[in-house]
Amino acid sequence: MDIQLNYFAFLGLPESYDIDMGKLSQCYLDLQKTLHPDRFAHKSEREKRMSVQYTAYLNEAVSTLKSPLGRAQYLLHLKGVDTISESSVQLDPAFLFEQMSLRERLEDIKQFEEPFDALDTLSDEVKGLFNSYQSGFKEAYEQGGSALEEAASWVRKMQFAAKLQAEVERVESELD
Amino acid sequence: MALLQIAEPGQSSVPHQHRLAVGIDLGTTNSLVATVRSGEASVLPDKAGEYLLPSVVRYLQEGGVAVGNDARAHAASDPYNTIVSVKRLMGRGIGDVTAFRDTLPYEFESAEAGMPFIRTVSGAKSPVEVSAEILKVLLERAEETLQGELVGAVITVPAYFDEAQRQATKDAATLANINVLRLLSEPTAAAVAYGLDQKDDGIILVFDLGGGTFDVSVLRLNKGVFEVLATGGDSALGGDDFDSVVAEWLAEQVDIRAQMTAGLSRQFMEQARAVKEALTTANEAWATFEIAGQERSVSVSKARFDELIAPLVSKTVRACKKVVKDAGLALTDIQDVVLVGGSTRVPKVREQVEVLFGKKPHVDIDPDRVVAIGAAIQADVLAGNKPDSEMLLLDVIPLSLGLETMGGLVEKVIHRNSPIPVARAQEFTTYQDGQTAMAIHILQGERELVEDCRSLSRFVLHGIPPMAAGAAKIRVTFQVDADGLLGVEAKELSTGVESSIQVKPSYGLNDTQIADMLRASYTAADEDKEKRALREQQVEAERLLIALDQALSVDKALLTKDEYMELNAEMDILRQLKGSGSSRDIEQGVERLAKVSDEFASRRMDASIRKALTGHSIQEIEEGS
Repeated sequence: MDIQLNYFAFLGLPESYDIDMGKLSQCYLDLQKTLHPDRFAHKSEREKRMSVQYTAYLNEAVSTLKSPLGRAQYLLHLKGVDTISESSVQLDPAFLFEQMSLRERLEDIKQFEEPFDALDTLSDEVKGLFNSYQSGFKEAYEQGGSALEEAASWVRKMQFAAKLQAEVERVESELD
Repeated sequence: MALLQIAEPGQSSVPHQHRLAVGIDLGTTNSLVATVRSGEASVLPDKAGEYLLPSVVRYLQEGGVAVGNDARAHAASDPYNTIVSVKRLMGRGIGDVTAFRDTLPYEFESAEAGMPFIRTVSGAKSPVEVSAEILKVLLERAEETLQGELVGAVITVPAYFDEAQRQATKDAATLANINVLRLLSEPTAAAVAYGLDQKDDGIILVFDLGGGTFDVSVLRLNKGVFEVLATGGDSALGGDDFDSVVAEWLAEQVDIRAQMTAGLSRQFMEQARAVKEALTTANEAWATFEIAGQERSVSVSKARFDELIAPLVSKTVRACKKVVKDAGLALTDIQDVVLVGGSTRVPKVREQVEVLFGKKPHVDIDPDRVVAIGAAIQADVLAGNKPDSEMLLLDVIPLSLGLETMGGLVEKVIHRNSPIPVARAQEFTTYQDGQTAMAIHILQGERELVEDCRSLSRFVLHGIPPMAAGAAKIRVTFQVDADGLLGVEAKELSTGVESSIQVKPSYGLNDTQIADMLRASYTAADEDKEKRALREQQVEAERLLIALDQALSVDKALLTKDEYMELNAEMDILRQLKGSGSSRDIEQGVERLAKVSDEFASRRMDASIRKALTGHSIQEIEEGS
């Protein structure tokens, strides 16, 4: 059954970190038009249920592949490397120190009278870090084999950066 | 052996029949019903020619019920038995409704489940029952006008409605005996009504300020497919609040606040509403009251009115900015703005929207009717009357769903603005050695602490084999269907012990209560019940047979000869049962046929996926060459 296929195959995309977002959106809409429960509203209960399952799977596939972090984690998952549910990971102290100081900066900014410029600067910096981790991941992933462990450690760094970015955005909307 | 019936390829054995379906806008202040006839969507009037049914229900001493204008006329004289704005109470707990005490005068009593019941002369009524009374009147109006049985209805809900509020709405429909084809979000309905699906693509913002709720949604349109990109607003902000601030100001002017009574408060609210409506065209309006037999009047200028509502209007502006940002867009990306809801008639509101987006909003369709019209168009498609329609409405979940974890924290499982349907699993483990049960507490909301989120439901997974802490793996799967309703399943992975529920909010009606209320509403004898059950099963059987006939005419090739024969034989059995069997016989026949056709259905689904994708790649190959 197609629902067992991996997300790339389900959407007819090559299994790679670089994906064509336009094509992804197009496949998504084409499949929605075929599978969505609205197309089965007057059909049998069984077909309705299947349609819900298929669309849920489609939505999950697309939201995973659209997200730079989700896509990286999923590619590693397909190679048997789990970075999604692992609970304790070793990261180098220099990286952790950098993350901590970024978080402290965010805490400080909250107290500023005029926080928005400082927030923007911090946000740009975090995005820059994310992008560099992303390039690191891509290179290691494409190398494959023993480099996959290295790819996994880039993914962990991406996770940290993504969480921090979400935190920055949360602070921004709270200050608004 | 019985002869097999074979339909001509490409032809269904049953001629196409227009199926009657309606769209219902179950509003805070007014409700409407609309349908598509001869390709044209229109709102259905009552016998007196009125389109709007005031969403007001009055319970009478003698046990009767009045709905609409009759009820509203008594809002001031009989405030405790006349329920207005019941939509605000839908899916709310007793704790939530105390917040409305100031504006709604009812006497609440709490049932064991914590759901608020309103004390009336004919007993305690839940908000779900009150809403069902409104739906019944609309259903009757539709069946009388259309002269036939409805296959179902699309009922609109604010995009911002949470799971509990959606469930309550669906329960009300069940009580009113309405088959819900889909719960559709109001902004999407409005965009459909404007025929914006005829455009090739675009970004649309729907600004919906009703009587009691404010919704703002950003939609993307791409070749007939509407996607809700983000949604927000305020589920407790609307034109009623405009009335409240004006009423309060008026009360200050006549210095009466200390002697306020429920009846007098209604009088002030009504005058405030009249002033608001007059000021949509005039620059000054008068409010008049009768206090202790004396007539008093107060003048309200448009400038004063604008000043009074300014804080409320700027709330709407902030919400717009936030939703646009949530959608990952800038204000300048918005190409169309659609205004919905009677309160968008207030000139100050229109003005602010126009300033914010720098363009004139769509206002051609009556803002009171636009949602019902959109719902009717969607109902027509869902009933199967427009098989070639390209239109598809994709919705998102408005609030995040999660679980309680150690320390009173909420772990989000499905995030806000995820497209639905959606299913997501998360694994959890035990925290004590030998733990054999796990309490699952489901919450909805954006905050991190359990106490700041809305508690939806709790259940317990029993029978976990005793293991060391952290060794058991419990997978909890959340599944949200296309109506935004949640089902949760928990499974221990090493033993397969399972537990699942369809989430019913802690303070909602449970299935038994609904069944009891339904039973109580059938005054008819048992014989009628069997008749009704028989009719229901016949319809179900017919639906399945028609669907299979159509499927076979297109995709017969997906079955082997033996499979085809078996399926046909079962179909014949059901055809016979349909004419002669009892409701129970037909039900079993339907189940059996559904089982036999299972594999066929999944092969068809797979084939259509392949077709959708191949169609796509062929096109690309052509483009590439």
